[in-house]
Amino acid sequence: MTGPAVEPDAGSAALAELLLALADDDFVIGSGDSEWTGIAPILEEDVAMSSLAQDEIGHARAYYELLAGLTGDDADRIAFDRQPEAYRHARLLDHGRGDWATAIARRYLYDTADAVRLDALAESSHRPLAELVAKIRREEVYHVLHAQTWLERLATAGGEPRSRLLAALALLGPDATSVLAPLDAEAALRSSGVLPVPSVELVAAWIVRIRPTFERLDLPLPPAAIPSPAHARRDHAEAFRWLWGEFTSVRRLDPAATW
Amino acid sequence: MASRVGPAVAEAEVRAVLATVPDPELPFLSVVDLGIVRGVAVSPGRIRVEILPTFVGCPALEMIRASIAERLVELAPGAEVAVEASFAEPWTSDRISEAGRRLLGEHGFAPPERLGSAGRPPAPGGVVAPIALAARVPCPHCGSRRTVLENVFGPTLCRAIHHCSDCRQPFERFKPV
Repeated sequence: MTGPAVEPDAGSAALAELLLALADDDFVIGSGDSEWTGIAPILEEDVAMSSLAQDEIGHARAYYELLAGLTGDDADRIAFDRQPEAYRHARLLDHGRGDWATAIARRYLYDTADAVRLDALAESSHRPLAELVAKIRREEVYHVLHAQTWLERLATAGGEPRSRLLAALALLGPDATSVLAPLDAEAALRSSGVLPVPSVELVAAWIVRIRPTFERLDLPLPPAAIPSPAHARRDHAEAFRWLWGEFTSVRRLDPAATW
Repeated sequence: MASRVGPAVAEAEVRAVLATVPDPELPFLSVVDLGIVRGVAVSPGRIRVEILPTFVGCPALEMIRASIAERLVELAPGAEVAVEASFAEPWTSDRISEAGRRLLGEHGFAPPERLGSAGRPPAPGGVVAPIALAARVPCPHCGSRRTVLENVFGPTLCRAIHHCSDCRQPFERFKPV
């Protein structure tokens, strides 16, 4: 990362790691959602996925701006000018677009985990983050509602929709806890109060929250095992390289363009 | 530089101008009706306006900032004008004024239900907006309550799509958020 040399102390380095993870998560899922624009199974979902993408990329921009303010960098540069290896989004978001059931399973797992994380971060000691999260979580209500509606629809339809959903959950479920897994900076984030709740408790709270839905719909609950920081947010799969190529393509064509 | 500009502009004048700046997506509403103006500070040679984004990813925000700034420069040529977006408190649909709600209805939009103090996203898992969503939204065309929510996502981030089973017209509702 370039930009004015600001020598970060341990606390701000930890905060930067958290902001980058939050930003990259929303940026990558939002970019993935935008792939459905024009090809969603029904018109309403074309609108919905496009709106979800717009929300997530808006949230990502706000997180990138907080990060840029901290490190003296530029939000667009952070979002677009890194190599794929430098992104720190959760492994859950690394499986490629897949079919509609995969899109719904990914959104459901991500939205429910993100909601637990945002509930905690609304009490963060870093006030600009807490204020931003207070706003974001009000919007995320609609994301959870959307994902829940579709999860139920696919799960209760029987036949091909349900079998595709089960296949999607088998693929994505094992990576779901990557969203909430501790970062390298967990200890520093906890001691400063930036992260008010330990990550392992967030995972437990998430399982408690989704269990009733999974039991009612007779779906297999995702494993609660927690991956290492490296496994959760590095070593990205080939599907992400493809997505990265897409979302950076305009920027690489003309880095000085404005819009 | 404080005294460089001529007669100081009164805060009331600034607010009067703001009341005529339209929202680009719902141009019959002013930014004041929409409740996005959080603060106005006027000092000699300087006007500062703080606005709250309706949605974090709202693409109209830059346009709103630019049009507010443009109008204030007209009001006080030479003054230093700053229009700053802030998340110091979350914008909620409860901030839309009574006049704004009436204007929404007159233009065929159902206004958002008031969330009140319960509108804070509260306890784990439980959130208020879905309860407000479940309510039967009166049709802005015929007043019927036999309406269904078709899509929580509409033409812009702040609008949802409903359908009236009586007059059989689709309509939009400003989302409670």
